[in-house]
Amino acid sequence: MKRYPGQSEPAINDLSLTVPAGEICVLVGPSGCGKTTALRLANRMIELTEGDILIDGESVRRRPAAELRRGIGYVIQQIGLFPHLTIGENIAVVPKLLGWDKKKIGARVDELLELTSLGTELRDRYPAQLSGGQRQRVGVARALAADPPLMLMDEPFGAIDPINRERLQNQFLRLQSEIRKTILFVTHDIDEAIKMGDRVAVLRKGGILAQYATPEELLMTPADEFVEDFVGADRALKRLSLLRVRDIDLWKAPLVRVGEPTAKARAAIAEADLPYPLVVDTAGRPVGWMSARDLARETVPQQPDTAPKPILELEDVLRDALSDLLRSDTQYGPVVDGRGAVVGVLSVEIISEFLSSPEATMHLTPAAERVES
Amino acid sequence: MHTAALAPVLAQVEIRDRSEASCISQNKFCPGWIIDNFDRYTDPLAQHLYLVVTSVAIGFVIAFVLALIARRRRWLVGPLVGLTGVLYTLPSLAVFFLLLPITGRGNTTAIIALTAYTLQIIFRNIVLGLQNVPQESKDAGRGVGLTDRQLLWRVELPLAIPDIIAGLRIATTSTVGLATLAVFAGAGGLGEQIISGSNITFKTGVVAAGGLAVLMAFALDVVLLIVQRLLTPWRRVQPA
Repeated sequence: MKRYPGQSEPAINDLSLTVPAGEICVLVGPSGCGKTTALRLANRMIELTEGDILIDGESVRRRPAAELRRGIGYVIQQIGLFPHLTIGENIAVVPKLLGWDKKKIGARVDELLELTSLGTELRDRYPAQLSGGQRQRVGVARALAADPPLMLMDEPFGAIDPINRERLQNQFLRLQSEIRKTILFVTHDIDEAIKMGDRVAVLRKGGILAQYATPEELLMTPADEFVEDFVGADRALKRLSLLRVRDIDLWKAPLVRVGEPTAKARAAIAEADLPYPLVVDTAGRPVGWMSARDLARETVPQQPDTAPKPILELEDVLRDALSDLLRSDTQYGPVVDGRGAVVGVLSVEIISEFLSSPEATMHLTPAAERVES
Repeated sequence: MHTAALAPVLAQVEIRDRSEASCISQNKFCPGWIIDNFDRYTDPLAQHLYLVVTSVAIGFVIAFVLALIARRRRWLVGPLVGLTGVLYTLPSLAVFFLLLPITGRGNTTAIIALTAYTLQIIFRNIVLGLQNVPQESKDAGRGVGLTDRQLLWRVELPLAIPDIIAGLRIATTSTVGLATLAVFAGAGGLGEQIISGSNITFKTGVVAAGGLAVLMAFALDVVLLIVQRLLTPWRRVQPA
């Protein structure tokens, strides 16, 4: 619990949650809900009034604050690079405090510059010479320098413009899939919370935990009206951002090859989920949909009437796939694998059925693999 | 008009050059005389420099300690600014004369008075410099595990250098001027060449001594500026 002098209500009251190692736990909520306070209690930037925080089973109060903080990565919205130090020196701050030798520090700095895709040529520049996005990554590199198991990130992408934010978020998720840190992440943006979090803690004013769940659960079954409002009316669509085409059951496509008799096409329709045969080439790649007129011919034509658009990939994010489908005339599209061969068909109908089915949560994909490139 | 007073000076010059002698006798500004008599300025110049550098250095040390105390105890900033402000507003001549019975004629008296005048400017600028350190740099510094002392020496003071040196530059320049009055404390310096004896009426001598003081102020200012540039390489980079 954190209580500020002179305030009757505590800033944080009875907040209790466990973050599994190697996961990103996002604290999200409206401003004034105490999410940043909660974060700063963890590295004692703010001292607890009551209660305790255990990291790996050990109380944060056991060690001097400065020593504790050296073992916890810390990234803030304003980034807070030291303007008078070069990028390399900024990253080296904690290793230096820990007394690493020069050679080890130099190697670690270079490693982190590569890991965060900054490149070692930035090592001797000053923060003022970098773009906002680069500075943000230096901030992350600095936090990672001594390889702390726990990272605290307070609106780390908050000062970045929306386009670069998206890119940096993806890059960070990719990085996290390699480094597997335990991360406490604060944001006020529910979309960011859903995207970044393995688990999301929704806080309400006074630091009261409204719901602590996976992003899927949060969107499927909001605990109460507050959470429902907070995640937004478009939560069904948000769920689609969490999933990829391969996560849901596709229709079986009635496949025929160029030059085959149309009789075979008619037979294929009978067994398939949709009434239009899909023409594929010898490698199984989609060529087009056969129309009723095409079906009236003797053999399957080389140029069927309807182009096979859109062609979707198994790795496509479901929300993007839906958007493609809605823009096309057919409202369904062949789904291809990595080699370009058809593996099934996705339609608007499948997606809407999927959203209304309760088992939708079963398809949850682990965060690390959800990373987009 | 003051030929009687200038007699000893004239005696030296007369032998060499008629036109220069007439320049002196008419009490105009005579560059030739300065060149011929430059050696009479070397000792006062060195003494002047000594007074300035010593006073500013002591003033810096005292102001620095006061600023560090005030960093921890914010409420002290106001009283300390007030106190050093009072010192700053005391008429300097009065201070010299007040100190004479206590510390006697000489360097000590001069340096005490001159130091007192530097405190206000240097103190304020160190405090300002520390206040101007970006909050996020301090927050990040604490967050990565710097102790309070490490934060001061590794983050706050380096970032305050421009403000601190700005203070030193103003203090130095004004001390060069004030030190011309040190002659009243019996501490010599360039003021001796302006005020003592009959020189005050000798235009060329006054201009020479005053000019040297201006040059010294300018030179010290340049030195401080160079020091600042060397200490703050990050301020010279091209922003992205």
